[in-house]
Amino acid sequence: MASTETEIVGGIKTEYKYGFHDPEDYFFKSGRGLSHELVAAISEHKNEPDWMRKFRLKSLDYFLARPLPEWGGNLGEIDFENIFYYIRPTEKQAKSWEDLPPDIKNTWDRLGIPEAEKNFLAGVGAQYESEVVYHKLKEDLEAQGVLFLDMDSGLREHEELVKEYFGTIIPQNDNKFAALNSAVWSGGSFIYVPPGVNVEMPLQAYFRINAENMGQFERTLIIVDKDAYVHYVEGCTAPVYSTDSLHSAVVEIIVKPGGRCRYTTIQNWSNNVYNLVTKRAVAYENATMEWVDANLGSKLTMKYPAIWLMGEGAHGEVLSIAFAGQDQHLDAGGKAVHIAPNTSSIITSKSISRGGGRASYRGLLEVAKGAEGSKSKVVCDALILDEDSRSDTYPYIRIDESNVDIGHEATVSKIGDEQLFYLMSRGLSEAEASAMVVSGFVEPITKELPLEYAVEMNRLIQLQMEGSVG
Amino acid sequence: MALLELKDVHVALEDGTEIVKGVDLAVSPGEIHALMGPNGSGKSSLAYALMGHPAYEITSGEALFDGRDIIELGADQRAQLGLFLAFQYPHAIPGVTVTSFLRTALNAIRKARAGGEDDPVPVPEFRKEMLAAMEHLKIPRELAQRYLNDGFSGGEKKRVEILQMAMLKPRVAVLDETDSGLDIDALKIVATGVKELVGSETGALIITHYQRILNYVEPDFVHVFVDGRIVEEGGPELAHKLEAEGYEAFMPEPIASSSESEA
Repeated sequence: MASTETEIVGGIKTEYKYGFHDPEDYFFKSGRGLSHELVAAISEHKNEPDWMRKFRLKSLDYFLARPLPEWGGNLGEIDFENIFYYIRPTEKQAKSWEDLPPDIKNTWDRLGIPEAEKNFLAGVGAQYESEVVYHKLKEDLEAQGVLFLDMDSGLREHEELVKEYFGTIIPQNDNKFAALNSAVWSGGSFIYVPPGVNVEMPLQAYFRINAENMGQFERTLIIVDKDAYVHYVEGCTAPVYSTDSLHSAVVEIIVKPGGRCRYTTIQNWSNNVYNLVTKRAVAYENATMEWVDANLGSKLTMKYPAIWLMGEGAHGEVLSIAFAGQDQHLDAGGKAVHIAPNTSSIITSKSISRGGGRASYRGLLEVAKGAEGSKSKVVCDALILDEDSRSDTYPYIRIDESNVDIGHEATVSKIGDEQLFYLMSRGLSEAEASAMVVSGFVEPITKELPLEYAVEMNRLIQLQMEGSVG
Repeated sequence: MALLELKDVHVALEDGTEIVKGVDLAVSPGEIHALMGPNGSGKSSLAYALMGHPAYEITSGEALFDGRDIIELGADQRAQLGLFLAFQYPHAIPGVTVTSFLRTALNAIRKARAGGEDDPVPVPEFRKEMLAAMEHLKIPRELAQRYLNDGFSGGEKKRVEILQMAMLKPRVAVLDETDSGLDIDALKIVATGVKELVGSETGALIITHYQRILNYVEPDFVHVFVDGRIVEEGGPELAHKLEAEGYEAFMPEPIASSSESEA
């Protein structure tokens, strides 16, 4: 903890930190809009097997047939005809830093990727546009039989494994946006960890949207075999554009008996991005699944990482942060579904709203008949920074088993004038003082992050606070 | 000229109630002043107003720090100039460790002193200084990694206030009832700490109800504060007189019972 301390203070810039973008120079760029022809063309361009092409086309049918959800946030302004669904930035994947095109290197320099890698990256899979262009695996991972590829390569090189699990955790017709992703997905990560293998370093991928009006539809599949462990870290930062972008990812995770998976996300979209993501994991006997999910920015985020506890003794945790600023609506939370007996889950949500922003906790806790002896605890804390902002809690609870132990706590607090005065009396500006209170509020979650992400998180909070006061 | 100079300062609450009714006071480096008064006399309101609490407005008079009018400055700017307030009831900041907080505050003040340029304290130097100050104030090391004032005992809070003073090195420190709620050992440590921090660069204004802290940190000047005004001034002997005779002699009129609550 000690080494993150300096990060609370420091230079605060008023502009969106990642609001730069590179001139577009793409190898293949689809036209705007969505059609069966486009979906078939994507599949063909990727040289995919026939079953995937059919899967995509069927998914498009589901997408077109489903109405927009009427709950959550306002989705009516998304113009699906005005989005690029597929862009491939470079001809082939780069294996090392030197092979990357200068534009992309430049972008990553500004994001600090090389420094992060120097620190302790086990392997970088960074998504630039729709394709993973830079992908590196440390030799020891390969020696352990760990697969860490972009999803497209995963499909090419490990088709049978992909076919066995792809779309099984989140069916293609699960919801409208999962259907859209299933139709036009590109990139994302494919990870397989063999039985008993403990991947000590977090596997990291840095996602980034660069082309205006480009949807980003990455698809991630993680399989953690028996008694294996992996921590996957995803970060997303989008530059500022004047028109709206759509991000709609699907993440499927299978944790086999005794295995453990942690999936950490820091998302910081610019405030014109629709971030509509479906994340779901299944945990079998005595397995553990943990979602650590921090959401900043975006115009609208709807995201509820889910865990299905399928085997006896399985444990699931969701740690969620949502920070809604001006003109932002973050509807986030988590879901735990107890299917097997003696399973346990904890959902911890911290939401912050300021500048008229709206942060909602939406969560589901379900205990099926027969899941006796299960325990669950849901804690939602909201911090509201000013009078214009809003916080809501929508906890859905369905319990079909009597022998269970369920707890739900919710708190709402406002940032205290006395706290601010105390901090300001020590020389902190009002923005610095507010940022410090907010950083402290989310600390139970940031302390779970790898160090450089915790540092990044605190910087992002500072940036969010700047302009909110004074 | 004194470092902190108050001329006919009046302080009112947001609803207009006047709490401080004309105070003249001058604190120079090396001086220890004691402001003594009964509960409810407005001592803490004066302290808050000096530090720039938005709910305690200086409605008339002058408050000068180093010759500069500070009335329009925010609390952060006053702190950056070198004014410090040790709180009677320090606030908890959950999730922020004492170490993190101290370094952030110190760097904010260093930045101001460097004319707005970042001038962060080197981490080893900071750690060394903090640990030495903690040891001196008999603050257990583990407190450095706990969240600021979160679940601290009254004595721990007061000691951490003095720790902040030691680290931030203010030029004028106002100590608001720092002695309240301390047992005799803690009082001795805190008072000794304050005494050592006052010197050629630093002056102190100790606000207190009781004389007992003054047994360990002898004031150069004692001001008796009753009903928003300084009604008597003198040397350390005045504190002993107060202890022996109470405040009654200075009251404008006999009081039935003094209010226990004080803003």
